[in-house]
Parts: sequence; C-alpha cells; structure tokens
Amino acid sequence: MVQPLGYLKESASQTAGPYVHIGLTPNHAGIGGVYDTDLGAVMVNDKTLGRRITMTGRVLDGTGTPLKDALLEIWQADAAGLYNSPSELRGSADPNFTGWGRCATDGVTGEYRFDTIKPGRVPFRDGRPMAPHISLWIVARGINLGLNTRLYFADEEAANAEDPVLARIEHRVRVTTLIAAGEGDHYRFDIHLQGERETVFFDI
Amino acid sequence: MSDLPNRKPETGAFFARDRLWHPPGLTPGYKTSVLRSPQKALLSLDGTISEITGPVFGHSILGELDNDLIHNFAKPGESAIGERIIVHGRVLDERARPVPGALLEFWQANAGGRYRHKKESYLAPLDPNFGGCGRAITDADGHYAFRTVKPGPYPWPNGVNDWRPAHIHFSVFGHGFAQRLITQMYFEGDPMIWKCPIVQTIPDKAAVEQLVAALDWGNTIPMDARAYKFDIVLRGRRSTLFENRMEGN
Repeated sequence: MVQPLGYLKESASQTAGPYVHIGLTPNHAGIGGVYDTDLGAVMVNDKTLGRRITMTGRVLDGTGTPLKDALLEIWQADAAGLYNSPSELRGSADPNFTGWGRCATDGVTGEYRFDTIKPGRVPFRDGRPMAPHISLWIVARGINLGLNTRLYFADEEAANAEDPVLARIEHRVRVTTLIAAGEGDHYRFDIHLQGERETVFFDI
Repeated sequence: MSDLPNRKPETGAFFARDRLWHPPGLTPGYKTSVLRSPQKALLSLDGTISEITGPVFGHSILGELDNDLIHNFAKPGESAIGERIIVHGRVLDERARPVPGALLEFWQANAGGRYRHKKESYLAPLDPNFGGCGRAITDADGHYAFRTVKPGPYPWPNGVNDWRPAHIHFSVFGHGFAQRLITQMYFEGDPMIWKCPIVQTIPDKAAVEQLVAALDWGNTIPMDARAYKFDIVLRGRRSTLFENRMEGN
C-alpha cells in the first residue's frame, strides 16, 4: 500500500447537444428578457487597440455539410500580446478588449463570425515567440468532448515558419488546415471535422 | 470581466486530460457522432500561456433571477410548472481545491421534457413561464446554487425508441481556457440513465456515477423544494514548483 494521492477525476464531458443555444446564447435563440446580452457577443469597443479584423467560416462534417447547430468560443491575446486574465503576469492587457468571444453557427448557412483584433505574439513555454494565433473551442450535437484548435494567419509567413507549435505537426501538408486565408481585414477559417482536410485538433 | 480579489494568480499548466475517462469522439451508438468525430490523432501540447489563461467573469454580470429558472422567464406573480428543486454543489479541481469565480451556465427542458427551441418538435407543450436557462458564479469556497423545476425525460431521434433521462446541461468556465467543459447532470434513482446512448458514450461506470446528483434530504426546504447536490470537477493544474521556470509557488 502507498499513500493515496487524493486527486479527483475530472467530470466526464457530455455533448452540448442540439439546444446549446438556450444556455449559452439565449437571446440569439429567441429567449429574450433573461439576460441583457449574450456573453461573448462583443469583444471590442471603440477604444480597443489594434487592427480590427473579422473572422468567418463554417464547421464541416465528414460529408462536407456545414454544422448549423455548433457553437464556437475563441480566446486570444490583445494587440500587444497580453491576455486579459489573472494568470497573465507579464503585464496588463488592454482593458478595452476581452480576448474572449462566443458565436453560434448560423441556423441556415452554418456561418460563424467574430469581430475582433489581430492578436500580438505570445511566448511558447521555452520563451520563443509563437506566431499570432487565436485559440478555438468547438462544441455541438455529436461532439462528445469540446474540440480545441488554433487559427494562424496566412499573412504571417515568417512568424508561422518559426512557430514552435506548428513545427510539431509531423505531416506538413496538414499545417495549412490551421492557416486562415486573409483578404484585407477579413480572414476565412473553415474547420473540417473529418476527411482529407481534417483540421489539426489539439489535446491541450 | 474583472479580477477576483485576494486570489493568487495561477500559472501552472493543467494536468493532462484523461481521455480514457471522457467519451471518445466516435461513439456509433450515438449516431450523430459518426460524421462529427475527428479521425486523426490529436496533437498533444503541454499548456502554453494561450491555454493556461482564460477569461474571468465578475459577479456584476449576474442578474437577480439568473439562478432562479422558476421565475427568470415567468410573468410577474407566476412561476414555472413542475417539481421545484434546488441544485447546489461545489466546483473543485482535480487537486480537490475549490474553484472560486467559476461561471456555470445551465440549460434544460421543462417539466414535460420540452425545450424552448425552434428546432425542437416534441409534442409535449411549452410552459409559458419557463425559458430553461440560468447561470451562477461560484463563491470563494467554490459553491453555487440555483432553483429550477425538475426537467422531464424526452424521446429523441437516434434509435427507434431512445429517450434521454432527466438531465440538466452544465457549461463550466474555470480559470484557464483548457479547463473549459460541458457536461450533464442526471438525477439519483433514474432507471433511464443506463438506457441512454449519450450516457453510454462514457466508457467507465464510475465516470457516469460522478454525473448523477444525489438527493440531498438535509438541504431540502420543507413545504418548498427538494435539494440535489452536484459537484463538478475541473482539471487540476500543476503547482508552479513543477514548471520549468520557477516563479515562486
């Protein structure tokens, strides 16, 4: 016998189901009057520092059909590369930027949209700079445990080339699944749950 | 969003997730998972600052009735129909420490098993006084509580005759983006738990039992509402002593 470690097990995940909107975006789901606004609907205000960008895209299943009942959350650094979080010890993030957004995919088209800013670079565990990126978390009916991935920017070729996380992707053809194509200030990022173009998902 | 007072910032990376304890992505008994589950191996990544940080929600976002689903959608002077219950418990991490300031968002069907959602077609009626959503933020000891009505079971299109047991959906924010979790709470004594294809996505019986709330007779309010106790465990994080670069503990 040894001393028990005394650790608990993480509560097991269960799917968000088809009605996740009732809980997480009730105003969007037509349940008005309970909360003033849906959390995460607005990430920026007119004082937010940095370059305004829009990211749009879809979540596609194994047949290429967009999910019309998915929900995405994003988490990112501010323009200076600081997170608006108590665990951020390197400085104070822009108080006019939450860094966190939430959006349900459209019930007809399957499109999501975030109006945010281009994040600055943040360090990897060993101090090397990572390329600018946005973390994503995707839940939906049929997804048993929320999926984690990252969005990188096509116009950051040099930074992407030295990014320590992208460097870990053994099959180099898959790196492109994490790169959002940009046109002006609009970035496009589709997430493929399966298939040849399956997005690289992370166990973080 | 606001900082929590008197809480030392946590900067350790999270314990690796036990993916044999969680449901796998592909669970053919739950048909929708077949085309929505990634087929390639996940890329494992020890948490960077992008994963160990996360948004914090202050109590100021909460309205007075956010944790009262019996009344938060009801007309003045009216209330939702159903068995009145209180659900309460603690949010802990795997190190058994309370998680203060955790945002919990919950949603559920009404007492007849009907959701207020445009894609819902079950023939049970809507309750005009029940919306089905609520939220709470844990206190310094990790406690939360809310009032609601017990949701009804309902049939769903999967197998020919599949039913969901009574359940409440929980979305939980801890302190790091990597702690993000959605799960469901079931009710003690419900024989339908063990017939449900979504419950059956969880491989380990003990992991299912951890999601079953116990009837809490001690906290039941006489002549008002029964209580159920439901604790939630989020991933633990390493002490900063075990980080590569020591920053104090």
